Amino acid sequence: METKQYDLIIIGGGSAGLAAAIAAADHGVEKILILEKEDEAGGILLQCIHNGFGLHRFKEELTGPEYAARFASEAEKRSGIEIKVRSMVLKITAEKEVHYSSEAEGYCVVQGKAIVCATGCSERTRGAIKIPGDRPTGVMTAGLAQRYLNIDGYFVGKKVFILGSGDIGLIMARRMTLEGSKVLGVAELMPYSNGLTRNIVQCLNDFDIPLYLSHTVKKIIGKERLEKIVLAQVDEKFQFIPGTDQEFEVDTLLLSVGLIPSNPLLTEIGVQIHPKTSGPLVDENMQTSIPGIFSCGNSLHVHDLVDFVSMEGETAGIAAAQFIQGTLATSEDVIRTEPGPGVGYLLPASLHCGKDADGKENDFVLKFRVQKPFQNVSLVVKQNGQILKKVKKAFLIPAEMENLTIRQADLLEKNGILSVEVSNE
Amino acid sequence: MKDLIIIGAGAIGSAAARTLAQYELDILVLEKESDVGEVTSSANSAIVHSGYDPVPGSEKAAMNVRGNLLYDQMCEELDIDMRKIGSLTIATNDEEVEILRGLEERGRQNGVPVQMLNREETLALEPNLTPEVKLALLAPTAGIVNTFELSVALMENAMDNGVKLNLNEAVTGIRAIEGGYEVTTNRAVYQTRAIVNAAGLFSDEINNFVNPVKYEIQPRKGEYFVLDHFDPDFIRHTIFTVPSSKGKGILVSPTTHGNYILGPSAEFVEEKDDYSTDGETLAQVLATAKKLVPSIPMNQVIREFSGLRAVEKSGHFIIEESLPGFVNLVGIQSPGLTSCPAIAEEVVKFLSNTMEMKKKADFNPRRRPMVRLNRMTPEERAEFVKKNPKFGNIICRCEMVSEGEVLDCIHRNCGAATIRGVKRRVRPGMGKCQGGFCQPRIIKILARELGIKNEDVRMKSPGSFILMGETK
Ligand SMILES: Cc1cc2nc3c(=O)[nH]c(=O)nc-3n(C[C@H](O)[C@H](O)[C@H](O)COP(=O)(O)OP(=O)(O)OC[C@H]3O[C@@H](n4cnc5c(N)ncnc54)[C@H](O)[C@@H]3O)c2cc1C
Ligand SMILES: Cc1cc2nc3c(=O)[nH]c(=O)nc-3n(C[C@H](O)[C@H](O)[C@H](O)COP(=O)(O)OP(=O)(O)OC[C@H]3O[C@@H](n4cnc5c(N)ncnc54)[C@H](O)[C@@H]3O)c2cc1C
Repeated sequence: METKQYDLIIIGGGSAGLAAAIAAADHGVEKILILEKEDEAGGILLQCIHNGFGLHRFKEELTGPEYAARFASEAEKRSGIEIKVRSMVLKITAEKEVHYSSEAEGYCVVQGKAIVCATGCSERTRGAIKIPGDRPTGVMTAGLAQRYLNIDGYFVGKKVFILGSGDIGLIMARRMTLEGSKVLGVAELMPYSNGLTRNIVQCLNDFDIPLYLSHTVKKIIGKERLEKIVLAQVDEKFQFIPGTDQEFEVDTLLLSVGLIPSNPLLTEIGVQIHPKTSGPLVDENMQTSIPGIFSCGNSLHVHDLVDFVSMEGETAGIAAAQFIQGTLATSEDVIRTEPGPGVGYLLPASLHCGKDADGKENDFVLKFRVQKPFQNVSLVVKQNGQILKKVKKAFLIPAEMENLTIRQADLLEKNGILSVEVSNE
Repeated sequence: MKDLIIIGAGAIGSAAARTLAQYELDILVLEKESDVGEVTSSANSAIVHSGYDPVPGSEKAAMNVRGNLLYDQMCEELDIDMRKIGSLTIATNDEEVEILRGLEERGRQNGVPVQMLNREETLALEPNLTPEVKLALLAPTAGIVNTFELSVALMENAMDNGVKLNLNEAVTGIRAIEGGYEVTTNRAVYQTRAIVNAAGLFSDEINNFVNPVKYEIQPRKGEYFVLDHFDPDFIRHTIFTVPSSKGKGILVSPTTHGNYILGPSAEFVEEKDDYSTDGETLAQVLATAKKLVPSIPMNQVIREFSGLRAVEKSGHFIIEESLPGFVNLVGIQSPGLTSCPAIAEEVVKFLSNTMEMKKKADFNPRRRPMVRLNRMTPEERAEFVKKNPKFGNIICRCEMVSEGEVLDCIHRNCGAATIRGVKRRVRPGMGKCQGGFCQPRIIKILARELGIKNEDVRMKSPGSFILMGETK
């Protein structure tokens, strides 16, 4: 079997993969291959036909497909980038071979000097959250419903309830209402919403859709198609409170109960996985535990804003270019990161002091989510227990990913433990 | 007048159909669901039991041991995924050690190879087992089977050899007539010389239409967890707790696709269509499973399910010719899956009482093998896909299933006509995302191949629709 050689192979042509390819090409990588399983590049954005993308990056409100199209056309302008669609990657090896399959080309193996894995995330399903009851149709993830509606042009339900206040669920509440379905409510297990505030306002409040906080679905009823759900309130320990059962007659229950980075290709070859995010452990270059294999976007950790996905893709693309050109500095000294009190996870997992592509001392962008909502607090960055930086925050919510930049000059030393915590002071 | 009507196309009815297809008989199978094997035969532990457990001398023991023996050839001929991985029954205290010694003795009496392993030997075979293990009974002839493939493959081969199958057709009445029976369904009335009652949970009702001796099936539910295929070496055998009066106890086992299942519970329920799962029962299943394998990673759970055992009040397998030409296969609970080829042999014996059983000259026992891409080397696969490009188009991301495999499973005899039918035959939707990615694609393929609209594609039964019409 012939193994075609590339400099860089990018798996997944979503926002992250496209941004990585463009950045790598602009930093001198000549032969780049993007493998995308769908009919066109663009990723999950292609089914997000609502507005609200690109506020940070382009200072204007674009729809998902518009945002994706800007990146896709940038990629097309660069002669070094080849995009193969309808090509599913089945397997990669530590030697950076990539096995993919398509109807047009059959089963192929290609090899790169570096790989960027940008395969996006998948939705948590009923099985993952264990809702008891019958197993009728009409219980589906919100993203699947979004695809049926926006890509395939089909209704999935007339009377709808939504479990989970993640952004996709909120957006679908509005979308289905506009299509003439009746959305009876959104239930959230936590005492606060898991979606962006703007989505709560624009998708629920503006349409008088009730949000039931500290509630969850207790039972699913229906032999063939969904007929009813039983909703109940939970206490602080997530136990059902007796006497709070409410029945809703619905034909559809959409689940918006979380997204998980999807990394079957990486886990199979033993790349180390972050216990909290389910994405790989990476350093400031988005490099995984296997040198030359990089990760970015929703397959690294779940993002709420595509602008940050694009930035992360660029970081990975530039680092891959440096790796290929042999200029990716990796010092022996390593700073490990650790989430402090109030912080759920903290990325990157490790940091090396080195030089960026322009030869300047590199900065570190710390990304994290808080564990629960906070008001009027400070975010404190510490190294080995000593405060490096303190930033006041009026509001912090788990639904929003936070960013903090640390410069090398801020650091006490080139190793040790760096942490971020939420402080009341 | 037909020669034979088989009522029910689960593992038992399908195995009977396939075995009887060897003979010059005009056979019709009536199945009320939209697919074969849709009921108990696809919601069970999928273990090919060795047979150390049933009471020596009982019908169950005989069928189990003979069935296990026949499995290898059956699965080879029909290309059914089956592996004899062996089972380990685990004792963790003195009382259980006592019971285990009793089981070893039963195994000997049933003619089943069994061997006692001490703690070290057991942990060497299965490092993830509880360190509390004191003694284990190894039964090397126990196996695991792809239970979804089983009924399908049996029926496909039966149909290849001339058996006729009507789906979505429920028997609603039977009466004895001159030289046979009249069978009424929701769609038609048939006359037949003989009947095989393989209606599983409803086999009591079928019997009770004509037989003065009445039976009563009590459904007993078993609930399970399914885990993803996260590590092929996590557990390599089927691991059982020692059985109690309530059933075989809980097991932890790999499946033929490298997933893991935990279960089943055992509770009698009222309704024969109550497949709900409940949190408390599953919590108990988990607690018991964790006593066997403490490090079960519950973040790998991809779904829960339940199955209903068709328990006749007597607790026995009822395998009999109750009236001339009327063969009852009633109360076939566990180990029914294992026993199916042996029970089919019994049916032949009973029918030869009333009919001339002449073997066909051209019976073909082999099914056209399934295309199993993931077992090919890259070179073989590249070569195969070059000739069959549809096998290059991967439509399921979790289980890596190609469009070619889906098309093949639709267009065979006993082909898939529903989303679940495709899922059970070639696995799209079985994985971590539970169809989130592939379902729209499967709907399109089914609609195209069956010449129906997308919104008319069903999950399984006629009421289990997914789409509700096109948007404006
Ligand atoms: C429903 C929804 C609404 C959102 N709303 C907003 C919003 O309003 N504003 C905003 O700024 N952000 C929003 N986001 C967030 C942001 O748009 C996404 O997080 C971002 O687009 C993710 O990009 P990605 O490239 O990491 O992943 P994806 O876009 O998912 O791309 C991954 C790509 O990899 C491909 N792939 C996966 N596996 C393979 C394989 N084995 N072989 C080949 N190809 C493969 C996939 O087909 C896909 O194209 C939203 C996200 C979602 C899901
Ligand atoms: C929890 C559980 C675990 C088990 N584990 C194992 C195991 O590990 N190993 C093992 O060997 N066995 C096991 N079994 C037992 C095994 O699953 C059954 O013995 C076997 O599946 C029974 O097959 P069947 O064909 O009799 O029943 P079914 O598969 O239920 O088939 C009966 C068919 O008859 C049809 N039918 C019913 N009424 C009518 C009608 N009026 N008209 C037309 N069609 C009708 C039904 O739709 C159904 O398809 C287990 C069972 C359960 C419930």
